[in-house]
Amino acid sequence: MTERLKPETPDPVDFLAIDDLLTGEERMLRDTVRKFVADKVTPNIAEWFENATFPAELVREMGDLGLLGMHLEGYGCAGTSAVAYGLACTELEAGDSAIRSFTSVQGSLVMYPIWEFGTEEQKQQWLPGMASGEIIGCFGLTEADSGSDPGSMRTSARLDGDEWVLNGTKMWITNGSIADVAIIWAITEGDIRGFIVPTDTPGFSANKIEQKISLRASVTSELVLEDVRIPHDAVLPNVTGLKGPLSCLNEARFGILFGAVGAARSCYESALTYAKDREQFGKPIAAFQLTQRKLVEMMIGVNTGMLLALHLGRKRDEGSLSAEQVSYGKLTNVRMALDVAREARSVLGASGITLEYPAIRHMNNLESVYTYEGTNEIHTLILGQAITGIAAFS
Amino acid sequence: MNIAVCVKQIPDPATPYDLDDDNHWVVRPNDQVLDDTDRVGVEVGLQLAEATEGTVTLVSMSPSGSLQGIRQALAMGADKAVIIDDDTLKGSDALTTARILSAAIDREEFDVVVAGGESTDGYTGVVPQMMSEMLDVPCLSFARKVDVDDGIVTIERQTASGYEVVTSKLPALLAVTAGIVEPRYPTFKGIMQAKSKPVETLTASDLGVEPDVGQRVTEVADVASREAGDIVEDDGEAYLKIVELLEQTKVI
Ligand SMILES: Cc1cc2nc3c(=O)[nH]c(=O)nc-3n(C[C@H](O)[C@H](O)[C@H](O)COP(=O)(O)OP(=O)(O)OC[C@H]3O[C@@H](n4cnc5c(N)ncnc54)[C@H](O)[C@@H]3O)c2cc1C
Repeated sequence: MTERLKPETPDPVDFLAIDDLLTGEERMLRDTVRKFVADKVTPNIAEWFENATFPAELVREMGDLGLLGMHLEGYGCAGTSAVAYGLACTELEAGDSAIRSFTSVQGSLVMYPIWEFGTEEQKQQWLPGMASGEIIGCFGLTEADSGSDPGSMRTSARLDGDEWVLNGTKMWITNGSIADVAIIWAITEGDIRGFIVPTDTPGFSANKIEQKISLRASVTSELVLEDVRIPHDAVLPNVTGLKGPLSCLNEARFGILFGAVGAARSCYESALTYAKDREQFGKPIAAFQLTQRKLVEMMIGVNTGMLLALHLGRKRDEGSLSAEQVSYGKLTNVRMALDVAREARSVLGASGITLEYPAIRHMNNLESVYTYEGTNEIHTLILGQAITGIAAFS
Repeated sequence: MNIAVCVKQIPDPATPYDLDDDNHWVVRPNDQVLDDTDRVGVEVGLQLAEATEGTVTLVSMSPSGSLQGIRQALAMGADKAVIIDDDTLKGSDALTTARILSAAIDREEFDVVVAGGESTDGYTGVVPQMMSEMLDVPCLSFARKVDVDDGIVTIERQTASGYEVVTSKLPALLAVTAGIVEPRYPTFKGIMQAKSKPVETLTASDLGVEPDVGQRVTEVADVASREAGDIVEDDGEAYLKIVELLEQTKVI
């Protein structure tokens, strides 16, 4: 034990000095994304959210920075560590969950399966363009009647001579209407396979889902496949069954468990600033015990969430992270972020319901994050099975 | 074209740093950052290199520490770095700094030397001019816009009332001012590559320079704290009061 405690009061945001646990390189990557978000996302996000527009013009810039498929090796990808990928997600989601969602889909749900399960030709054909942002991807697993239980999907693929013929409808597909290529998961001869489908293939159409009140700066669509014919070699050869899509989801969930901390941090920071500034009853509202409790709970949530994320990230980099531990992180950190967002919203009072402050935007976004990539309930059941050995779902 | 860019690693201005009680030198932490004004120099160097298929060599005199500040400049895209890390150079004055940097640059043929106008931590603001004398090349100071064409460098020199257009043959030294270009973000690939780019570490004697630090800082004093200003409550007529105050102080 050292003899005495440090005299300085900890930083109000990075209270546990988690920054000290990062390498110089990790901090540099983090700072690059933080600056990008401060320059390009934060000044415009309220407008994008209000008008329900996705900033497509940022995609190439994200590609130039190396944000797309950043944790993959080769094919124009940056090849960063898992922790660096996570930290980038934290910063992007501090901007808005829509921006982080875009990179999660592009990198973890589309580039990753091609990189992991694709042929050399498929990798050469798709990955460099996706890393640079020239090509946008989407991931079609969920269907209207097949959400938490993707094994019940009905989209089918059958071989007809030298071609696959795909039929079915996918629902809630991020990037759907702006994608150049879709990874479509479909049933073929009783097994689930993944297909690389260019979205300009005849029979393929995408309909944007309007009137949503969460992730408004992200495009969510329905994909309709009507006798979509693609070449024989458009199937991902090296995976069959649910393992394919689930391994992609694991990648993306890893990003989310870091990302959620960013959204929470943004809410907490704005509530803290506001509470110190806003005066009622002759003093700053931060002077009231009830407000202090809220601020402290938020601060603790953000810090423990970051510690958890970093711990799981380090495990991932050393190759010792399990899917159940990813579930732990996704469940805990998204729930934490949602709590923080709601608490921050209340501290902001009436101002908190506007887009001038980030809390309600993050709060609404996090409702999606809570549901996609495995709902809170499904992750609870995964953890329940892990600790009891009994599956409550199949 | 060979471009040398002088850069400095400094303690992170965002976190407080200490001065040594005895000699008043900045206590340098292991992790230092790239001086913000040097980001501008690196950007100018990179743009010149891109236009001429040249290479950018960073030249820096400072304790290496973790090399974080140097890596930040390499991550932006510089090709390699030379760092002069020597205990006998601690507390160097501007003249010694200029001698060391010039000697390091002069080891190889160069076309352009880029330096920031002044450093954020030292602020002497004379090193570039001294270096140009030692390297025997023209010094184009207060450069804002920089172009190189056919062996001629043209700059716009910022003046109090506007700018002058100044040209020079190469080789030449440019002292750039902040705000002339927007320094690029280091890209992820740049950051990943930075750790494998060559960094050469030298001492003063490797360069044949005898450190001779003639300057001592004998005392450091805090800025006198300013008196609190007057607050004019706005009852609708505050502007009159403010105009009156401004007239009293002869501002208007
Ligand atoms: C904004 C947004 C973007 C999305 N992007 C994509 C995408 O890009 N690609 C894609 O394929 N999908 C995407 N999705 C779909 C998402 O993955 C699904 O919404 C999610 O899997 C849940 O499915 P569901 O909505 O059909 O809900 P359901 O599965 O019908 O669940 C409804 C409720 O029942 C609960 N529930 C279900 N089963 C059980 C059980 N066994 N025990 C206890 N509770 C249970 C759930 O937890 C939930 O609370 C997106 C969704 C949203 C909102």
